[in-house]
Amino acid sequence: MSLVSRHLEENGLATVVVGCARDIVEECGVARFVFTDFPLGNPCGMPGDPAMQSAILGIALDLLARAWMPRTTVQTPYLWPGDEWRAAFMRVDDSNREALARAGEERRKFQAGLKKS
Amino acid sequence: MDQLIAYRSFVSYIDRSREYYGAQGYQKPYAWPRYDKVPFTPLAKPLAEARIGLVTTAGLPKPADPMKAMLYRRELYANPSAPPPSALYTDDLFWDKQATHTKDVDSFLPLNRLAEYAVQGRVGSASPRFYGVPTDYSQARTIHLYGPQILHWCCEDHVDAVVLFAL
Repeated sequence: MSLVSRHLEENGLATVVVGCARDIVEECGVARFVFTDFPLGNPCGMPGDPAMQSAILGIALDLLARAWMPRTTVQTPYLWPGDEWRAAFMRVDDSNREALARAGEERRKFQAGLKKS
Repeated sequence: MDQLIAYRSFVSYIDRSREYYGAQGYQKPYAWPRYDKVPFTPLAKPLAEARIGLVTTAGLPKPADPMKAMLYRRELYANPSAPPPSALYTDDLFWDKQATHTKDVDSFLPLNRLAEYAVQGRVGSASPRFYGVPTDYSQARTIHLYGPQILHWCCEDHVDAVVLFAL
């Protein structure tokens, strides 16, 4: 998404990226970025909360108009209930290391089979 | 001060995905794009006169017919904004399926919220179409194929500014 934003900016269209993966967007480098510190999936606010969704879209629109230089990031004030998701997402530890290695091996076998057929 | 921490609180998805796929035996980590220079275009007209377009990484819904659903492939698309879709296809995307869900489209593509702002006059208008970009392993396809096509559709629809929502 950051790459598409950059292409539009290079061709004269103002853009703002709205997302939750701060490192991926900021490392790429975009003109404007609205960051909400939520698990990936709901960059425009919690499901079933139209007031929050309006507020986040409003912040993005304001940033479109007000940013004066690239790499402008604004973090919204919203907090996800609970912090468990931070450690749980794509977790790798002793409890699942063997299962992950096995799953990777099976996936590679499956993909190799697809290439042969 | 709420707390003292010895590490950053933001999840680094670059670190997390490298470790996760590394644990699956993928030795060569995905190389994420990083640029020193960042292009910037100021908004050319007041928001209240601007037409706004929305871009999503979500796909159009899978067909109900099982045979057609099997043949479903993610593709670049432009779709009418009104009426807004009640669902979009997100199962194949990289998001936290344990912590949340994507049953409320406005939580990741706020077509209704944008239409409300257009009625209120906060923006000039909403683009008659929204635009979908597949998340692609190939950065070359995104740069040379998807970006130019989205730009083309935005020009056709006389869009003045674009809000891109990464799921």
